[in-house]
Amino acid sequence: MWEPSEQVAISVTVNGHGYQRFVPARMTAADFLREYLDLTGTHLGCEHGVCGACTILLDGRTARSCILYAPQLDGATVTTVEGLEPEPGTQHPIQEAFRRCHGLQCGFCTPGFLLTVFEYLREEHAPDEACIRDALSGNICRCTGYQGIVDAVREADRMWTR
Amino acid sequence: MKPMPFRYVAPSDLEAALVAMHDHGDEVKALAGGQSLGPLLNLRLASPSVLVDLRRVDELAGEPVIDGEFVRIGAMTTDADVERSGVVATECPLLAEALPFVAHRTIRNRGTVGGSLAHADPAAEVPAVAMAAGAELLVRSVRGSRTIPVQEFFTGYFTTTLAPDELLVDVRFPRGGRNSGSAWAEFAPRNGDFAIVGVAVMLQIDADGAISSANVVCAGVADRPWCATAAASALLGQPPGQDLFAEAAALASRDCTPQDDLMASAGYRKQLVALLTSRALAGAAARLEER
Repeated sequence: MWEPSEQVAISVTVNGHGYQRFVPARMTAADFLREYLDLTGTHLGCEHGVCGACTILLDGRTARSCILYAPQLDGATVTTVEGLEPEPGTQHPIQEAFRRCHGLQCGFCTPGFLLTVFEYLREEHAPDEACIRDALSGNICRCTGYQGIVDAVREADRMWTR
Repeated sequence: MKPMPFRYVAPSDLEAALVAMHDHGDEVKALAGGQSLGPLLNLRLASPSVLVDLRRVDELAGEPVIDGEFVRIGAMTTDADVERSGVVATECPLLAEALPFVAHRTIRNRGTVGGSLAHADPAAEVPAVAMAAGAELLVRSVRGSRTIPVQEFFTGYFTTTLAPDELLVDVRFPRGGRNSGSAWAEFAPRNGDFAIVGVAVMLQIDADGAISSANVVCAGVADRPWCATAAASALLGQPPGQDLFAEAAALASRDCTPQDDLMASAGYRKQLVALLTSRALAGAAARLEER
């Protein structure tokens, strides 16, 4: 058990469901979620931690899943974008706000933004534009020019009762 | 990109971790928060055969605590936890001020103070702050333990005096006294980007209001945190003041020897050193007045 190995047994809770899997040590958490659990909402942009598209919640805090390795998920609780819906088939207020405020176009960066915004608004209330932009500065979007995203965060702040 | 294959182990205590580090010689890397090592692995700039994950080694983490004249911070304590620590805010305000500049919230949720020190990026905030504060690093291996003053720790680009089988266990920052003021100033192209230049200043004044000790340390101008010794010397024995600070900033700019690179020319970095040193000195003086 204490010998280093290339295959590791892990036990992880993702979006409320428990999974036990045998994973390659070098498989990233992002690839584990996408390939082993079919949770393809988590996206791969840069694969070195700078674009934010792969952002998930790990034990309640945002993390870049592309620079996490699957063995590091053992014993952890993960939430992906698929886990944001309050009830199956519904939308979280943040998702509704993004829809209303044109906070996405191609949608590739959006899951990462949603989880970053979730963590941010969980703690901050009525943030101003400068603070919102600062909080989002770790997530890159090629399509929107960010204004729609900033508007969506303000709207989500109003809509989401936390 | 994906990393080269490696073997992985997550020992459950420090002794087991030290044995693992020793048993695998030069082929092993310790995995702390992974926010610097992960990119290196994924880009295949590093390809260790064995990764020793420190996540289960409880002795290395925990809340920053007061330890005599120091604040002790476990090597695996995340930047986010240090940022939120009331002890650090009160006793090590320089560290508390610099940490929000480290990347982004998501990175700070996992990145660790110990990891930043061991990684030794010359543009990083934590190494420069540790130098300015005169921190001490406690290091262990199966062969024993030693305390390394931070001034001896950084030896080059991404290089420290850590032996391949050694682990940084904790860092002790001297507590800022009543007569001290500190500040951090940096410039990065966008919020959260690597600093092009960062400056840490620690000042102490005596009963007569003269500066009795000064540290001015720059990130991003050398292969390790760089001490602007002439600038610091010029401050000694003088009361804080704008003219004095301008003189010190000019000395720091004169003496640093940055390289041209993709992000900035050497000349631009020198200009930034002058500007940010002035800014940080003014900030430190303002903190002195608040005390």
